[in-house]
Amino acid sequence: MMGRAGVIIVLGAMAAAVFGPWVLPFDPLHQELALRLSPPSWAHPLGLDELGRDLLSRLALGARVSLFVGVSVVCVSAIIGTLVGAVAGYAGGKIDMALGRLMDVLMAFPGILLAIALVAVLGPNLRNVVLALVTIGWVGYARLVRGQVLKIRELEYVQAARALGAPVVRVVLRHVIPATLSTVSVQATLGMAGAIVAEASLSFLGLGVQPPMPSWGTMLDAGRAHLFDAPHLTIVPGVAIALLVMGFNFAGDALRDRLDPRTTN
Amino acid sequence: MLRYAIRRVLLSLPVLLGVATLVFMLIHLVPGDPAQAMLGESAPAGDLQDLRSKLGLDQPLLVQYERYLTGLVRGNLGTSFRYQTPVATEIGQRLGPTAQLAAAAIVVAILIALPLGVIAALFKGKTVDHVATSLALLGVSMPNFWLGPLLAIVLSVQLGWLPVSGTGTPAHFVLPAVTLGAALAAMLARMTRATLIDELRELYVVAARARGLSYARAVVSHALRNSLIPVVTIIGLQLGAVLTGTIITETIFAWPGVGRLLIQAINFRDYPLVQGCILLIAVTYVTMNLIVDLTYAWLDPRIRYQ
Repeated sequence: MMGRAGVIIVLGAMAAAVFGPWVLPFDPLHQELALRLSPPSWAHPLGLDELGRDLLSRLALGARVSLFVGVSVVCVSAIIGTLVGAVAGYAGGKIDMALGRLMDVLMAFPGILLAIALVAVLGPNLRNVVLALVTIGWVGYARLVRGQVLKIRELEYVQAARALGAPVVRVVLRHVIPATLSTVSVQATLGMAGAIVAEASLSFLGLGVQPPMPSWGTMLDAGRAHLFDAPHLTIVPGVAIALLVMGFNFAGDALRDRLDPRTTN
Repeated sequence: MLRYAIRRVLLSLPVLLGVATLVFMLIHLVPGDPAQAMLGESAPAGDLQDLRSKLGLDQPLLVQYERYLTGLVRGNLGTSFRYQTPVATEIGQRLGPTAQLAAAAIVVAILIALPLGVIAALFKGKTVDHVATSLALLGVSMPNFWLGPLLAIVLSVQLGWLPVSGTGTPAHFVLPAVTLGAALAAMLARMTRATLIDELRELYVVAARARGLSYARAVVSHALRNSLIPVVTIIGLQLGAVLTGTIITETIFAWPGVGRLLIQAINFRDYPLVQGCILLIAVTYVTMNLIVDLTYAWLDPRIRYQ
């Protein structure tokens, strides 16, 4: 039930991101200064922002940014993390120790602190946001996969593949990594919510997408100056972020329940 | 216990060195010339050279690294480009407000979560439980950079009950502490509910009731106490989220702490101050984790022997 609701929310956001800017009648960058800060109306269902731009159109374009960051950060982080985790777990010894220390150092930075630092020095833009979030994002996948690989490498079918003379690279790529993918896919679905919030946080702090390009985080930041006279500027992007995060969390939980035999039975 | 503590402290040292190294490297990741980035494109060549030598950027990398580490050991984090004062002094002045805010957020989270979790567990499956669980779910899904302005709209702008920003009175704590503590409260409430439901099924609760204890006493004195162990674990695990949460919360409510100082330093391209703030937050996080681990080992002897 919750899983379905989550999938519907996510699909709705995707549809808004893909078709919204084409279907909606207003240009998200077009300014109507005479109508600035107008509340929701029939013509503009979500109202207008501080420069008289249609909030619904900006929300749809902002969904593109959120989903682009979410998908790219999760995909790249998952690929890097899975490979590093598989190498660390399968090789063991000094390689595992060296990679483990690197992960320890990166995990010593709480939350998005390192991402904030990286964007601060590299410069605020979409590419650097993705780069910064991938830098902190892959570690979680690597830890997860490493733990799984430590068990998988001892399983009989892996031992059999090695006994038959399969090269290490083939064993890891064909036999070990595929066995970790269901766990990684759950983590990735839940990670989408984290990446979207992280992007919005960075944009809210002025370290993400730069104006006039809309992002839900920058829209919230702009709304802060108009709490008194135009609260809809804060409420609209906030609801969008919370809904999408909830959607990915519901979908991730449902996927985990479906893939986990303990809850399926 | 002492052997475990020494081993755990020694294991933290390479991590701290790695953190310091990564923070040192930050300034070298600035595209082009960091001095140019700080002074702007039109800065005179003389000023650029002065700043380079002041920051030590004209020295070989290894020399810079050695000076940096030596400075850290002596508590010297460099000089703020914006304020022209030692970075340690600037951060030191703002540590108190950040620590107060983080502590207030944790207290608020506990005060909200425990009653909510207990009520949900005691009325499992009833409307009260559904309301409490939904509230907790909402708390987890609402990012603090939205919750903060939303609370300000309702409690400050509409109702006029609380100040929107600033410091000075206990009332100034309420909005930032609730904003920062809401997500933790939601997590703690869910955990309290889940563990208390498990504990209430245990035989020792039935035995306590059989000995004549009232239901309330059996819950509070026996089941709740045992269900609090995982709750304390969650608080330890979430300290990092609270620490990074201060960055956004302090920015929203103009709270004069380290988090706001970091964002101001970033906007001013004051890289020595950025490095100092990042280093301080990361080292605080590592130290807190160390203290939490040592506390677990003290509470649960099995951990020491693993």
